Amino acid sequence: MTKAVAFPQDRTCPYHPPTAYPRTEEESPLTRVTLWDGRAVWFVTGHAAARALLADQRLSTDSTRADFPMPTERATALRRRRRAALLGWDDPEHNAQRRLLIPSFTLKRAETLRPRIQETVDRLLDAVEAQGPPAELVSAFALPVPSIVICDLLGVPYEDHDFFEEQSRRLLRGPTGADTEDALAQLEGYLGDLIDRKRLKPGDGVLDDLVTREAGDGGPDREELVQLATILLVAGHETTANMISLGTYTLLRHPERLAELRADPGLVPAAVEELLRFLSIADGLLRVAREDIDVAGTVIRAGEGVVFSTSVINRDAAAYSDPDNLDWARSARHHVAFGFGIHQCLGQNLARAELEIALGTLLRRLPGLRLAAPAEEIPFKPGDTIQGMLELPVTW
Amino acid sequence: MAEEAVRISIDGDVCIGAGQCALTSPDVFTQDDDGFGTVVPGREDGTGTLVREAARACPVQAIALDVPADEARA
Repeated sequence: MTKAVAFPQDRTCPYHPPTAYPRTEEESPLTRVTLWDGRAVWFVTGHAAARALLADQRLSTDSTRADFPMPTERATALRRRRRAALLGWDDPEHNAQRRLLIPSFTLKRAETLRPRIQETVDRLLDAVEAQGPPAELVSAFALPVPSIVICDLLGVPYEDHDFFEEQSRRLLRGPTGADTEDALAQLEGYLGDLIDRKRLKPGDGVLDDLVTREAGDGGPDREELVQLATILLVAGHETTANMISLGTYTLLRHPERLAELRADPGLVPAAVEELLRFLSIADGLLRVAREDIDVAGTVIRAGEGVVFSTSVINRDAAAYSDPDNLDWARSARHHVAFGFGIHQCLGQNLARAELEIALGTLLRRLPGLRLAAPAEEIPFKPGDTIQGMLELPVTW
Repeated sequence: MAEEAVRISIDGDVCIGAGQCALTSPDVFTQDDDGFGTVVPGREDGTGTLVREAARACPVQAIALDVPADEARA
């Protein structure tokens, strides 16, 4: 019996899927991989099958189920005991939580935030230019942009950013389960205190809106509110920060594509969509089957785990021609970088606005931008977390 | 070949307010004050690639494109 490929694995190149991951085969859009605990689970490689399955509510995201697949040993104890707000719940509970937040994350809301995002980006780049060259772009730009924006939107004081960025890092990448649990406790303690203060004196952020609704019928209780705040704060800055750092690195490694963008800034929205597809930073969505599911001639049995590598799925040649090449002219639409189905990223409209402004402005303001270290030596994140650069030394 | 006109509708109970319809085909789709997808008034009968793309982009298949009953063929 051949042993299935291990999941998750580190990328060899930060912008390509791990080389050992299975890619789409014509016979079947599903294959098998092995998790850290030796468990074999389904691994979806086909784009059409992935969209169908991610939209199929017979697949559950409830990590407290004993049969839910766990990506790492360190995440297991916590996720078995507790599930994240939104992402850890199936409908109808998920739907009730999401509906509280939908008005705050519309396309229109993202559009109205653009001037504030532009202001933030300009201010940060003023400082980068004043202090450099060179600069370390993760700490000076990629992380603070989404961190400031999400603080502004939620009503979290940005002066606390060192604290919540550190807890967020430990929550996602801490070395041990105990570290992960402590980080979550710290974050929830902090946000619980913040919410209690907002109860006495509400401001105008999304968390303030939720606090006000809490009092009325059908609003969230304090515990639910704290859990929603935690996922909004963590997901609201980590993911976009990684897209900015890895997107910049990828552009600097593709000088022809970079030149095209500089020559025609109107290409930026298409480039952001293509980078979302190409980089697929949330590269391991997990589900468990609640009942048997027949997909493309294969039966996923109730209780079996299913893993979606978005980087593999978004490079299915049946969906995107020449998928391993960056191409601003292609239609990158229908990628699953934000997921698909009921859990598709709540913040995707905000993320697009941030990425368009951050990357577009960075290229315009620093026309001589280049890496300040050999590309192969710049460290990036391991495969068992959100993908992105750990550091990005640049000069101009 | 002329594309057949379709009646565009959105199931508000299914919609999760992802905004992908409005992003893909902003002339036909918008989001209401609560964030749910709606068809721009007067644009309920439509054709075109973008409308189909918008329906395909919906993560929860809340958009229906129906051939009007009086024109439907067996």
